[in-house]
Amino acid sequence: MLRNITAFIAGGLFGAGLLVSGMTDTTKVQGWLDIFGDWDPTLAFVLGGAILPMIVAWNVAARRARSVLGTALPEKPGSQIDRNLMIGSLMFGAGWGLVGLCPGPAMASVSWGGVGGAVFLLSMFAGMYVAPAFKIRFNRMAEAIS
Amino acid sequence: MIGSAAAFYLLVNGRVMGASGIVGGLVDRSGWGTWAERLTFVAGLALVPAVLKQFFEAPVSTNITDNMPAVVLAGLLVGVGTRMANGCTSGHGVCGISRFSLRGIAATIFYLFAGGLAVIVFRHLFGSI
Repeated sequence: MLRNITAFIAGGLFGAGLLVSGMTDTTKVQGWLDIFGDWDPTLAFVLGGAILPMIVAWNVAARRARSVLGTALPEKPGSQIDRNLMIGSLMFGAGWGLVGLCPGPAMASVSWGGVGGAVFLLSMFAGMYVAPAFKIRFNRMAEAIS
Repeated sequence: MIGSAAAFYLLVNGRVMGASGIVGGLVDRSGWGTWAERLTFVAGLALVPAVLKQFFEAPVSTNITDNMPAVVLAGLLVGVGTRMANGCTSGHGVCGISRFSLRGIAATIFYLFAGGLAVIVFRHLFGSI
């Protein structure tokens, strides 16, 4: 039960941060991604500002066996930069640039995003639903070609 | 605030705060073992900004395009792409880079590159959408 309350707090704090920083405003996000046009660098400080407390948190986590609530801490990730990581990230980036919403802000802005926001969210869920099957087929095809 | 949320979720719940992973595990059922924690996170993520927004003097808008085919295509790309790459801006960008994870850093370079390219193509070649 306590884990659910703290998850709600973490989600809420994340959402508040996304709203305040401008990450839910697609015009601002596209302005940041527009490196070769009229570039607005402010969101780079948002990302940098989010990374700093997390560097501290990962260092604290490395010295602990378990989380405050007693659950296991995340394992060290692999370092393999594989096809799925590259192609998946390119697809994600293309969608993000096209409309200006990534998963966190899409969910944070659902209450005021109107029809467009709802359509984006439903399409994203549909993409997530078919992703495991798409990944298998894509890799089978890529291996057949190479 | 975003960073402290991620730090809190890591140290208190023992989880990586990746938006696409948390909700994606609910959508494709791979994370149903921890469904309540995921659902309450998403509830906080959607409800707290909704309430907070009421206290803003200036109107808040997502300024999302009216071009519905573009919105559907973007949503599909974001959904499939983040699950294939196992992370988005929060998971790879915030939580991955801060851990000096090669995968997180590489993913961020790839999606920022593709995002920049998409903006150039759609904003400068086809006009704004």
